[in-house]
Amino acid sequence: MDYLYTFLIGGGICVIGQILMDTTKLTAPRILVIFVVSGVLLQAFNLYEPLVKLAHQGATTPLTGFGYALAKGAIDGAQKGFIGVISGAIKSTAAGVGVALTFGYLVALIFNPKSPK
Amino acid sequence: MAEKKMGKQTVKFQLCPYIIGSAAVVGKKEGQGPMSGWFDHSVEDDMYGEKTWEKAESKMLKEAMTRALAKSGKEKKDIDLVLSGDLLNQLMSSSFMARDLHLPFLGLYGACSTMAESLLLGSMLTDGGFAHNIIVGASSHFCTAERQFRMPVEHGNQRPPSAQWTATAAGAMVVSEKPVRTGIVGIAGPDKISTQRHIRVDCGTMGKIIDAGVKDPNQMGSAMAPAAVDTILNHLDDTGRSIDYYDLILTGDLGYIGKDIACDLLKDAGLPARTVEERLDDCGTMMYYRDTQDVHGGASGCGCSASVFSGNILSRMASGELSRVLLISTGAMLSTISPFQGESIPGIAHAVALSTEEVQ
Amino acid sequence: MSEDKKDYRDSNSEKRKEVSKADVAKAYEKYSGQFTPKPNYLGNSLRAFFAGGGLCAAAYFAASRLAAAGVSQKNAETYVTISIVVIAQLLTGFGVFDKIAKFAGAGVIVPISGFANSMVAPAIEYKKEGWVLGVGAKIFSVAGPVLVCGIGSATVVGLIHWLIGLF
Repeated sequence: MDYLYTFLIGGGICVIGQILMDTTKLTAPRILVIFVVSGVLLQAFNLYEPLVKLAHQGATTPLTGFGYALAKGAIDGAQKGFIGVISGAIKSTAAGVGVALTFGYLVALIFNPKSPK
Repeated sequence: MAEKKMGKQTVKFQLCPYIIGSAAVVGKKEGQGPMSGWFDHSVEDDMYGEKTWEKAESKMLKEAMTRALAKSGKEKKDIDLVLSGDLLNQLMSSSFMARDLHLPFLGLYGACSTMAESLLLGSMLTDGGFAHNIIVGASSHFCTAERQFRMPVEHGNQRPPSAQWTATAAGAMVVSEKPVRTGIVGIAGPDKISTQRHIRVDCGTMGKIIDAGVKDPNQMGSAMAPAAVDTILNHLDDTGRSIDYYDLILTGDLGYIGKDIACDLLKDAGLPARTVEERLDDCGTMMYYRDTQDVHGGASGCGCSASVFSGNILSRMASGELSRVLLISTGAMLSTISPFQGESIPGIAHAVALSTEEVQ
Repeated sequence: MSEDKKDYRDSNSEKRKEVSKADVAKAYEKYSGQFTPKPNYLGNSLRAFFAGGGLCAAAYFAASRLAAAGVSQKNAETYVTISIVVIAQLLTGFGVFDKIAKFAGAGVIVPISGFANSMVAPAIEYKKEGWVLGVGAKIFSVAGPVLVCGIGSATVVGLIHWLIGLF
């Protein structure tokens, strides 16, 4: 059952993105920003958490999940005061962002772009 | 004094300069398309043995110019001026190419209309007595244009059906006040041609910027079609010619969608429908196989019209297959930042009328 | 000539001109739309659905197996996220990701794999412009806006929660 929800919710979020891409002139960076910020805003009202409980990776793997993690970090940090708030967002996503930056830089050093055929 | 001016936007040449040499150098994908037999050289690798794509584009343009010069039978010392342009900021490909030529150089930017722009200006300068021989040319490269105007090539996204494929190609022609005895020397093309004809530029029409308010950079064809139509209509108006005067009216890079729109608009303007359908064609629809090469809306870029004109069209004219041709390169004058500022895409089109005559 | 002058003097006609320009744009968009093929909405959405759903289900499977092997739930999730990022970036390096994305569309662009790709793609292409100002700057050309908007909005949301908690 968990797998079904993960699959359905994860696929569904991607379909929303696909419809945005096909029907609007929004470019990829804008779509990524829209998804992250929607995740943040949904979690601001504690609306994304239930989705994560239900669909696990189906909700956390799409970029809305990244927004959710950022918001959750900041809101949880609010319990520990001001410093907790301003460090919470980055702290909660530090692993992913850190790896993405470091490994991304490495990949860029190693590989060369290929011209499409 | 302006006795060479004709109507509102057209110039009429008295000398009617000759095109005495031409060459087209294209990338791998273009070399696998339907035009392949007409190009002088298609490179194996889009890097062309260089370190960057910009350098590769520059080298392709230089190669096209060198080959065109060699085929014209002229030498570098006979050339008075080089006119060329490309799509990159500050005309990187052209000016870096010209750095090795040691010839007077004027860089032109007309987006994808650069080939007709440079041919028109080259003919005007020759006709005006300002130069004996001029090399004109233009180039574009998929990877350099893509990363400047759109997304990095490795970026994962889906191109909409209307998106056009920037051709990796360069074309160059030598415009001269006097003909060479043999017409164009060493024409490319699948059939060896026995008879050769001189190709002359008899008039040209400078286009106005026409902006139909299209904002989507993936809709270049429909953004440029009104400009092409405006230039064609003004050309016919200024010269008093009818559309069937020309064997072929060839637009630059409207692509499949833009060509359909241009056809429809021309018919709307009252031109005979059958003639329009028969005689109007577009380089952007000729460059690739539509079904197998996955280019969506067709080809675009300066190099598209440059290479198809210099390779295919001039050869077919020299062989006598076509005798009167109107070349219209179309350009979408958007900048890298204008779409972010919410600006629509201004379109432009310049026309050059070519005719042939027997070699005496 | 005289018509032009009139236009400049009469601000009303200037305004009328602007209105008609927007109308022209709208009319032309509609007109050119007849000639423009539409994307295959259903096919694209189905591919995005199965690719995205499949990716999420695979991620869940990996996380459950790691958790079953004794890794804490939170760490297991982090490991899975990191793996998706690393795999997507490697595929970008090999020049395969753009081909996958062409097929699967939002199915791989909306998940964290799209974010990972958007860092490497510009970085790799600006290698010739140097390690610092080429790769170092361009790695953020798409990821930068995402991080700024994401972290910025999350911090604001956190601050509001903190302020509400104070009173």
